[in-house]
Amino acid sequence: MRYEAPQTVDQAISLLAGADGDPRVLAGGTDLLVQLRAGFIDPELIVDIKQIDETTAITAEDGGFRVGAAVSGARLKEHETLSLLWPGVVEAADLIGSTQIQGRASMGGNLCNASPAADTVPALMVAGATCALAGPGGRREVPVEEICTGPGQTILTDGEFVVSILLPARGSRSGDAYLRFIPRTEMDIAVVGVGVSLSLGPDGQCSAARVAVGAVAPTALLVPAAAEALIGGTVDDAAIDAMAAAVRAVCRPIDDKRGTVAYRIEVAGVLARRACRIALDRAGSA
Amino acid sequence: MAKYHITTRINGDDVEFLCAPEQTLLDVLRDDLRLTGSKEGCASGDCGACSVMIDGRLVCSCLVLAAEVGGQEIETIEGMAEGDRLHPLQQKFLDFAALQCGVCTPGFLIAAKALLDRNSNPSETEVRYWLAGNLCRCTGYDKIVRAVLDTAADMRD
Amino acid sequence: MTDSNKTPSGNGTGNGKEYKWVGTRAVRPDGVDKVTGRAKFGADLHLPNMLVGKVLRSPHAHAHIRSIDTSAAEALSGVKAVVTRDDFSDQPKGAVQPAGEMTINYRDMVRNVMAREKALYEGHAIAAVAAVDARIAAKALSLIKVDFEVLPHVIDPVAAMESGAPIIQEDLMTEGMEQSPGAMTNIAKRVEFGHGDVAVGFAEADVVIEREFTTQPVHQGYIEPHACVASMTEDGQGELWLSTQGHYVARGHCATLLGLDVSKLRVQASEIGGGFGGKTVVYLEPLALALSRKACQPVKMTMTREEVFRATGPTSGAHLWVKVGATNDGRITAADAVLKYQAGAFPGSPVAQGAQCAFAPYELNHVRTVGYDILVNRAKVAAYRAPGAPIAEYATESVMDEIAGVIGMDPLAFRLKNAPKQGSQSSYGPKFPVIGCIETLEAARDHDHYQTPLKPGQGRGVATGYWFNIGGQTSATLNLSEDGSVALVLGTVDVGGTRASLSMMAAEELGIDLDKVRPMIVDTSALGYNMLTGGSRVTFAGGIAVVGAAQDLIGTLKDRAAKFWDISVDDVEWAEGEARATNGYTDNMQPLSLQEIAKDMAKTGGPIVGAHSINAQGAGPSFGTHVVDVDVDRETGRVWVTRYTVVQDAGKAIHPSYVEGQYQGGAVQGIGWALNEEYIYDDKGRLENAGFLDYRVPVCSDVPMIDTVIVEVANPTHPYGVRGVGETPIVPPMAAISNALANALGIRFTALPMSPPKVLAAIKAANGDVTTAN
Repeated sequence: MRYEAPQTVDQAISLLAGADGDPRVLAGGTDLLVQLRAGFIDPELIVDIKQIDETTAITAEDGGFRVGAAVSGARLKEHETLSLLWPGVVEAADLIGSTQIQGRASMGGNLCNASPAADTVPALMVAGATCALAGPGGRREVPVEEICTGPGQTILTDGEFVVSILLPARGSRSGDAYLRFIPRTEMDIAVVGVGVSLSLGPDGQCSAARVAVGAVAPTALLVPAAAEALIGGTVDDAAIDAMAAAVRAVCRPIDDKRGTVAYRIEVAGVLARRACRIALDRAGSA
Repeated sequence: MAKYHITTRINGDDVEFLCAPEQTLLDVLRDDLRLTGSKEGCASGDCGACSVMIDGRLVCSCLVLAAEVGGQEIETIEGMAEGDRLHPLQQKFLDFAALQCGVCTPGFLIAAKALLDRNSNPSETEVRYWLAGNLCRCTGYDKIVRAVLDTAADMRD
Repeated sequence: MTDSNKTPSGNGTGNGKEYKWVGTRAVRPDGVDKVTGRAKFGADLHLPNMLVGKVLRSPHAHAHIRSIDTSAAEALSGVKAVVTRDDFSDQPKGAVQPAGEMTINYRDMVRNVMAREKALYEGHAIAAVAAVDARIAAKALSLIKVDFEVLPHVIDPVAAMESGAPIIQEDLMTEGMEQSPGAMTNIAKRVEFGHGDVAVGFAEADVVIEREFTTQPVHQGYIEPHACVASMTEDGQGELWLSTQGHYVARGHCATLLGLDVSKLRVQASEIGGGFGGKTVVYLEPLALALSRKACQPVKMTMTREEVFRATGPTSGAHLWVKVGATNDGRITAADAVLKYQAGAFPGSPVAQGAQCAFAPYELNHVRTVGYDILVNRAKVAAYRAPGAPIAEYATESVMDEIAGVIGMDPLAFRLKNAPKQGSQSSYGPKFPVIGCIETLEAARDHDHYQTPLKPGQGRGVATGYWFNIGGQTSATLNLSEDGSVALVLGTVDVGGTRASLSMMAAEELGIDLDKVRPMIVDTSALGYNMLTGGSRVTFAGGIAVVGAAQDLIGTLKDRAAKFWDISVDDVEWAEGEARATNGYTDNMQPLSLQEIAKDMAKTGGPIVGAHSINAQGAGPSFGTHVVDVDVDRETGRVWVTRYTVVQDAGKAIHPSYVEGQYQGGAVQGIGWALNEEYIYDDKGRLENAGFLDYRVPVCSDVPMIDTVIVEVANPTHPYGVRGVGETPIVPPMAAISNALANALGIRFTALPMSPPKVLAAIKAANGDVTTAN
């Protein structure tokens, strides 16, 4: 196994594209090193992207923020303006693991590891985030919801990696929230996670909404039907119940050591209601 | 198998070492540099017994490759006392009996120091959530949390 | 030398007396090393020329091992030794020895440390290698070819009892039961305790409650994995450094398995990063010694966290049936229980202790407990803090609570009405000596926690727990230095602060500053035999040994003073650190301090040493009553413990902080056991959650402060009244929490852990909502 720490995106691309075997990108390492140690992966090359400016920067862009793929959750949380703009996203990233994990774990890594239970993914989806990819074929911008295709699977092609994630501007009277359920208070992988982002029009009715749910399917799912239950009307109990029902309806989880099918579906609905109320509250006071 | 030559700073001292690519920082600290104060409890970032600070950031050293730390400032438990003076947290842990077997103690001390470096007046809840990544099986956490809160109060005075 | 069967009287007389050191919160003498990272645990030792050892483990829950081919591994450059079953002589049948609270069968042990005929659980050691580094050792393991014939497996104890179940040990005979000749069984033992006639008792009852419960195996969860360094040399001598609760016991096990004289093996206990019973047995050590013997180089072996979960003993999972009858005014008339505990792949679950403790907090005329020890294809269970009792009392304390509720009686009042006292016949046979059950119940009842009203939606539960505690073989020596300081030489491994409490007793006896006592835990060659640290015995038995050694030292000091003054030793007393002439001797005889006598040792007769070796008897049992409040998120089933109080009898708290620490640590282990900890297996008998991510021990944010009340009902068999305290705290929590949930939700849970999916399913079922089946 080799370790390399390129200084530029182009250097990283040529290392990744030129490797035999299974090259891996290293950001925070909190998934990669666990898999390495457990023998699940045996890469010939590890490419550490943390020396590259783009992957570690947080810059304002078009009213939103472009966050380097390797920025740690701890740094994200310390960014006051970003935390005010997209509190749901920052909370989601902050939920990953412990303080120690937060010191390293990144949104880019969380996304590309493509666990069905990844905490940042539903939050990024409902924020309408997009990813800047770089590879031998050049650069492209892809919506977050298109990145993961299955457990551990992404659309990244050979030599391609995520350089940064763009969190867009948000309108006034908008709010987002992410909640997850775990059996303890910390340290567990999400049994189910729900992200909600919504905007209110001048009349107090919901003008836009996005809802996503994680850990209940091979990838996190955007739930258009749940959004539709909210859009165009008052976000009252009836609408929230309908939204929750729509979330439950798309769940197709498995029974595993972290939760059962029935339990995940039930709690998905509960979290959907609760996340929606928090997002609504934030939108109302925005 | 070529090794990497890494130059770094540990507890304020310049340090150089050779490491294999798959060695973690924890491996190098313990096996090559003989700084065995950081412990391996799980090798998967779930127990915090290997906690160190890198450039002022609290991390699990079992989840950092040794090859990554070139040019960085690393703080381990061995550097927490200053000369013959224990850090207030170390003294408080002794006074409050906030340890029994002691294997998790280095990790807790580093983590607690990282907290108090940032937040001089944490609430009990803040202390508990900050330390959630440090497992203790002996104490039930009670005396550890009290020791951290009391040290914070002392340091504020 | 002193009479080893006589308890020294010492200075301590139990309750009420003011001491200089005993009962204070002195800083522990080994503390600085622990807070600076200097203290050396099992994996912290490095020796020159040291090799790394690794173990090849069975991927199958049950399989014949047809052959093992290690030739490619042995040929790999950098590999210095390989061992398999061929490198360990078999042990004869009947080689059984008591060790701590479990009995050891060496024929089973040699098969557990390395599989012989069959792999009996996933993770069972098949072979081991020693190589110059970890990478080569891992590669060597991958080159070992094992021919397995996979067999059907069974992991549930009830299923293992049924006819037609896969048989784990073909030649197993059930102890305590009749069997048909030639019948094969997985039932290793049947035990029965009790007195009276439960049929008569139930006939007298106005209310009878009968319930069945299941519990899952849970692991001790020590943060430090097993680790050792073994070094055997060309002359057949060996040194072993290991993380253990008992280095003398480990020495005996290793010597037996390797066919060595015990004296050829010198064993040093490292600092231990938690044991709770799980480090009273050996796993890696015989392998490391065998490898080192071949390579003639030191071999270090450490377990990964995954190996700890797959291959070391958790405690049993169980199926429990409990039936209790009581009159309407709260008198228990009969109590009956059948306990089925899984032992893992070899006999030896703690079902007997569970059966003995099950109804211990009650004075009963009619009681019966029956226990079965059952083999399954899982790792052999090891002791876990009051082994057997938490499992049994989870069930019995739940039923006691339920019956109190049915007759409309406060649960503590119900327990008080039926509480045992000195002279009561225990449910398992002996009459109780001086005990503090009633005192803990009363203190719990009168505590602010129990008096504080609950918030809406919360529930409160109580439970009482019991553990016998033990004494056992212990030696201690006090070596006087020329300047009057003393070295306290101990052989009892310190798991939780006993170097402090033992030093304090020594300083108290001698009347000197604690700072002048330096304790150390020495290797097996440097002190007489010491049983392992377990059974909550160290402050009790260690205390007796230390006090005895101090009295022995004092005897010599008085002799030297008498000689110096040329008076009879009967006219010399020892007080406050000095020898004093009594009986009206003149002012010429100024008191002689320890320093003065020490300075002149050579002139007055030579080195001064105090020693005491005993097999301590009369350990006082410890009762504890816990009070817990819970909150429940009724939409997700998540349970929070919002307030917790432990009330427990310590006899005498030598160092209150470390007694409190035992209460708090045991309670939090119990909270984990109650709410989230369990082993999860797939359909091939393989463990799915072999790590701290999915084996969910409580984290700091999961629990509140744990309040403690130390009750002191002195144990008359100890110079200071000490009772062991370490184990009782883990006995009540599961029932207390289950009872609190019953109070909050009106639902009785009968399976552990009470994890959110189970709680939610029960809530919904109780609401008539059967859409969420779990």
